Amino acid sequence: MDGEVPSILPAGRVRRVTERLAAERHRTAGQEIIDAIMCASAKYNTRGPALIPRMKTKHRIYYITLFSIVLLGLIATGMFQFWPHSIESSSDWTIEKRSVHDVPVVKLPADSPIPERGDLSCRMHTCFDVYRCGFNPKNKIKVYIYSLKKYVDEYGTLVSNTISREYNELLTAISDSEFYTDDVNRACLFVPSIDVLNQNALRIKETAQALAQLSRWDRGTNHLLFNMLPGGPPDYNTALDVPRDRALLAGGGFSTWTYRQGYDVSIPVYSPLSGEVDLPERGPGYFILSSQMALHPEYRLELEALQAENGDSVLVLDKCTNLSDGVPAVRKRCYKNQVFDYPQVLQESTFCVVLRGARLGQAVLSDVLQAGCVPVIIADSYILPFSEVLDWKRASVVIPEEKMPEMYSILQSIPQRQIEEMQRQKWSSVSNPLFLPLIPPQSQGFTAVVLTYDRVESLFRVITEVSKVPSLSKLLVVWNNQNKNPPEDSLWPKIRVPLKVVRTAENKLSNRFFPYDEIETEAVLAIDDDIIMLTSDELQFGYEVWREFPDRLVGYPGRLHLWDHEMNKWKYESEWTNEVSMYFNYLYTYKMPGDIKNWVDAHMNCEDIAMNFLVANVTGKSVIKVTPRKKFKCPECTAIDGLSLDQTHMVE
Amino acid sequence: MQTRKKYIFLTFLASWLLLFFFGGDQLRRFAFFSGRKAEARRSWPRWTDRSLLKSFADPEELQRDGDPSLLSPRERRAASLSGYRSSRCRMETCFNISRCERHGFKVFTYPQERGQPISETYSKILSSIERSRYHTLKPEEACLFVLSIDTLDRDHLSGQYVRNVDEKIRGFPLWNGGRNHLIFNLYSGTWPSYTGDLGFDIGQAILAKASFDTQSFRPGFDVSIPLFPKEHPQRGGDRGWLHRDSVPPKKKYLLVFKGKRYLTGIGSGTRNALHHIHNGKDIVSLTTCKHGKDWEKHKDTRCDKDNVDYERFDYQELLHNSTFCIVPRGRRLGSFRFLEALQAACIPVLLSDGWELPFAEAIDWGKAAVVGSERLLLQIPSAVRCIHPERVLAFQQQTQLLWDAYFSSVDKIVHTTLEVSPPPRTPLPSCRGRSRGLGASLCLWQIIKDRLSPHRSRSRFLWNALPGGLLVLPDFSTHLGDFPFYYLHHGYSPSKKFTAFIRAVSQAGSLSQPILRLIQAVSGSQHCAQIVVLWSCEKPPPPSWKWPQSSVPLTIIQGRRKLSDRFFPFGAIQTDAVLSLDEDTNLSTSEVDFAFSVWRSFPERIVGFPTQSHFWDPEQGRWGYTSKWTNELSIVLTAAAFYHRYYHSLFTEYLPAGLRELVDGLAACEDILMNVLVAAVTKLPPIKVTQRKQHKEGVAQQAGCSDGAAGTPQPGQRSPSAPQPAAAARAEGTAGSRRFSQRQDCLSQLADWFGYMPLVSSQLRLDPVLFKDQVSVLRKKYPSLEKP
Repeated sequence: MDGEVPSILPAGRVRRVTERLAAERHRTAGQEIIDAIMCASAKYNTRGPALIPRMKTKHRIYYITLFSIVLLGLIATGMFQFWPHSIESSSDWTIEKRSVHDVPVVKLPADSPIPERGDLSCRMHTCFDVYRCGFNPKNKIKVYIYSLKKYVDEYGTLVSNTISREYNELLTAISDSEFYTDDVNRACLFVPSIDVLNQNALRIKETAQALAQLSRWDRGTNHLLFNMLPGGPPDYNTALDVPRDRALLAGGGFSTWTYRQGYDVSIPVYSPLSGEVDLPERGPGYFILSSQMALHPEYRLELEALQAENGDSVLVLDKCTNLSDGVPAVRKRCYKNQVFDYPQVLQESTFCVVLRGARLGQAVLSDVLQAGCVPVIIADSYILPFSEVLDWKRASVVIPEEKMPEMYSILQSIPQRQIEEMQRQKWSSVSNPLFLPLIPPQSQGFTAVVLTYDRVESLFRVITEVSKVPSLSKLLVVWNNQNKNPPEDSLWPKIRVPLKVVRTAENKLSNRFFPYDEIETEAVLAIDDDIIMLTSDELQFGYEVWREFPDRLVGYPGRLHLWDHEMNKWKYESEWTNEVSMYFNYLYTYKMPGDIKNWVDAHMNCEDIAMNFLVANVTGKSVIKVTPRKKFKCPECTAIDGLSLDQTHMVE
Repeated sequence: MQTRKKYIFLTFLASWLLLFFFGGDQLRRFAFFSGRKAEARRSWPRWTDRSLLKSFADPEELQRDGDPSLLSPRERRAASLSGYRSSRCRMETCFNISRCERHGFKVFTYPQERGQPISETYSKILSSIERSRYHTLKPEEACLFVLSIDTLDRDHLSGQYVRNVDEKIRGFPLWNGGRNHLIFNLYSGTWPSYTGDLGFDIGQAILAKASFDTQSFRPGFDVSIPLFPKEHPQRGGDRGWLHRDSVPPKKKYLLVFKGKRYLTGIGSGTRNALHHIHNGKDIVSLTTCKHGKDWEKHKDTRCDKDNVDYERFDYQELLHNSTFCIVPRGRRLGSFRFLEALQAACIPVLLSDGWELPFAEAIDWGKAAVVGSERLLLQIPSAVRCIHPERVLAFQQQTQLLWDAYFSSVDKIVHTTLEVSPPPRTPLPSCRGRSRGLGASLCLWQIIKDRLSPHRSRSRFLWNALPGGLLVLPDFSTHLGDFPFYYLHHGYSPSKKFTAFIRAVSQAGSLSQPILRLIQAVSGSQHCAQIVVLWSCEKPPPPSWKWPQSSVPLTIIQGRRKLSDRFFPFGAIQTDAVLSLDEDTNLSTSEVDFAFSVWRSFPERIVGFPTQSHFWDPEQGRWGYTSKWTNELSIVLTAAAFYHRYYHSLFTEYLPAGLRELVDGLAACEDILMNVLVAAVTKLPPIKVTQRKQHKEGVAQQAGCSDGAAGTPQPGQRSPSAPQPAAAARAEGTAGSRRFSQRQDCLSQLADWFGYMPLVSSQLRLDPVLFKDQVSVLRKKYPSLEKP
């Protein structure tokens, strides 16, 4: 057991040092090469003039020319032959300075293959090749992006816009993320650079042909397409109509029929106006606001009926008919003759209606969320964006289309506090790692950990006293003195439970809370070697109390020093004893911020306070004090801290 | 010469410039070549004209959203209601929600026909529906119909296979193409393909099926249920096996599996490979070839050795001592071992591609199980080793939470299914299935219920946090802060005020001395927001001027003279905390203040003064009740106790009506029921706080109410406030012993109802920090508590 404690820290330190060394090596490697280049140039500069004057003038010019040509040739060959791996990349790097219009053109023959229609039965285990994405916790999934091409049909007509601003931004984001790889062989996911965000801006058949000729297409396996506006008139499909075979689809406006659970991803429809809203500015306040222009007349009638019923708290806006020229219609909304700025008007309402139109996904949802208005989503069978990971029920209200007339009363019934939370769209939370209410079995017992330096006599008294506690299952002595050996085995008091001595490598107070392997019970009694006034009844009772509150520290105050505690608030004396869950020992060692631990070790103090802070911070619960008083008549009458049960937070 | 030198110099300079201009990137690249290859990756180009690119759709197109003259929504809905094939059913197309609006969420079970064999499991399902608060006997009231034909086992080789289901169903006048029907199934298909085919046309009925595969699952419509054995208890159910949280998890094994190896046929791909990960040390994966009649025909070289190893380990022992358990598919996707592992807190590692996990609509399995891929079996050991001990701990606890909340009994499973789709805004009738004892069947109901009114449904968080979705009534509130369970989790704190709720049964016309004193004491607390008096007498309450003037508002409610009235969720109670009092309770202001401050730390529990306890009486073989002084407590009398007002709603709406009738029939049982309910929800004991002097012992309360007198309670027993049933004995002794036996009776009946004894014992009492410490009285916050 010796050496267990120190082995942890040095290992970490060593690792850190090696890392730093490695980093330095990188730096020097780079530096050396740069230095070498500089040296080389300096050499040429100095030697050149010295070499040349010996030749005749004619020849000189000839040599100079020759040399330059050779040099240029060298550069050229160096570029294209000595570093053959980078030919492709060099073209990419030069592309960087080019415009989107200069990308290579690919002609699609009319008879080039078309992928199958999207396969609705696809799931991860049937259509996805997991072998490309092996388990590697560090690198995670790797994404490859095809380089940008311009596709034309046989007659030279463009198949679609080369790339839209949003798609370019999206690809840039992927490229900047840690998931990106430029190695097509290492990739798990492939993202075509063919822009299919808007189905109406592309030719379906030709786009499909373009997809099919991608170098790794393979029926679309592991390919990911992004689409925000699916479907077209008259029936508006809820998923992209481009035949795409097995490709995954991240789409806006999926319905439950087209969405392949666990395979597709539902994304929001991007709205370019969203960025223009500044939070938080709340206007006078409507209760319900409808801002969409393209509502079906039937819906509009229902909304207007709501407005008529509930007066000013409901506002149903429409497009403006009498705008002067030059004012963009998309940024204005009107109610009768009143003109409102869109999307700013969204901030003036508590709830904003997001009604389905021809499509299920609506760009207005982005505007509404951005404005901090609570969306009221009325679109049956719509798969909300990122619904697999987002708990939309806590940020929005979903109402069935049929229930639209009851919208007002439904929204009225939502408590104000909940509305505020929905508007903030965030929830603070403390999650207690020991959240399950368990009362550990009594039979398990506890382990007493006695931290000692050299007070052997007092230590033995503590051991004898503690060993009388019925529920004690093991005694662990942490020998914190490196200069002196613990007494011989024969000298220790004979007790009924196993006694182990752990020698530490350094005299640190944090050793008290180290999760030693020897501790097999959940409960740990941390006790100093000079606490001799606690009786076994008190200790046993303390253990019972801990069983009822296993996620808290249960402690006895330093009885004799109580006065001091009160007077000098932060001057704790060393008499401090507690029952603590093994879990927290573990936390103390591995999760406690390093600064605090170092501070505690350096000052030889305060480890108990640090522990208290830790537990309070992790669980949000306070400690419990057990009164160790003999004059109490019945043992079950216990004093427990009812006053200081406030939440303490870690303040550094 | 000078010019030449210049030329030469210039040429070199030019060539170096050229070199850097064209080759600079290369050199830079070369420089990083050795060490940081990854950083030199070719990223997506930054186009020079990227800011000039067109948007994917201009704002007008986005806002116009296609063709404005689309099909009328009403017509579209009507069309979808009739036009969809049953394989594409959704709630809005195949379910007639209007049926549920008039009478709420009512479930009708077809009467059982004679001569119709019903398996044990199916009769458990039917009885958990029939016992639930949703059950109705009138088909015209029903929102959901459940067949009496046993459809659980649709393997036609099975003995329990029911023939000619199609024919029988067509004979039912209520069938209506299966609309609004719910069909349960555990086994479908048969050797060799084990398809999901049920052997009859379910039409538009909702299918609650085990081993559901994602492809035939109709999302938001069907419900995936777990496979459970026929011994699965009707209610109650065993607790999980996790008794202690050990970190790091020090179980003997990391990953175990013990089961059959299929040599051929469906599912053999995975089962045949499991032995590869066996290492004999921390990973034990044992397979046997012995299964079926002709296994020897297919047996290979491993079989004999594997069969021997297989016998060396005990399945239960492995289950108890392993951190992770492999749950591979069997012939079908689900298996019994899933629930077994869950109960054992052995984190399931699922190897069942395409399985729609049970109640996945509500339950976040990512928090309780590792969902692996059958194709990546060999990576499972390393993946499992990488899971951090803290996550392991969280996983373990979550398995127990889910097991206990949704799976431990048939009642719970069925109730969860139903709860997912509640009826629109009709108050939930009481539902018994949500506590451990009563009801898993509700699970099924709850799932279906939550669908019917999405705005009133539980968020995913509620389903996956303690105490589980079944115990959270969305009709009470949709805000987390209104429930007693989530304060810590969400950084709220309970309101700083309480409502004193006094039940008065004393003489009409005038006010007794104790109640005046009580009102005085309670209104003296700075935390008291209001006083509500429940007047449970036939005679009208005294006029308002007769009531004492106090600083807090006083409301008088005329009760219906039922004992369960006391826990009715009266609208008048506005604060989170309720201080429940009997009129003869004797409390001081500082006692109230201290108890309230304790309650604010334990808002989910009952915090009170006088207590009693329960015990197991081995001689009579039943639960006993005692009011004697013992070292334990498990019941806090509601004659003086703080608790959260949500428990009023649970009491009235969640508990089945039968239980409340039981309580109304017995004289003094309602507070025991309340304690049992809270303990069933929290699984924790109540809290006793210190009081100035002992609770009044046996103050004979002279009867005032016309119909009954209360006798003397046992010492320390709850004070008599309840009118006893007619012809109550006047003799105090008799009355006392009768009360005692009634409470005894009550306790054992409740244990029977719940299927187990929910009460938990505690051994402690909370005192103020400096209580009876030898410090100056001035330093103490509650000095008057110590006055004799």
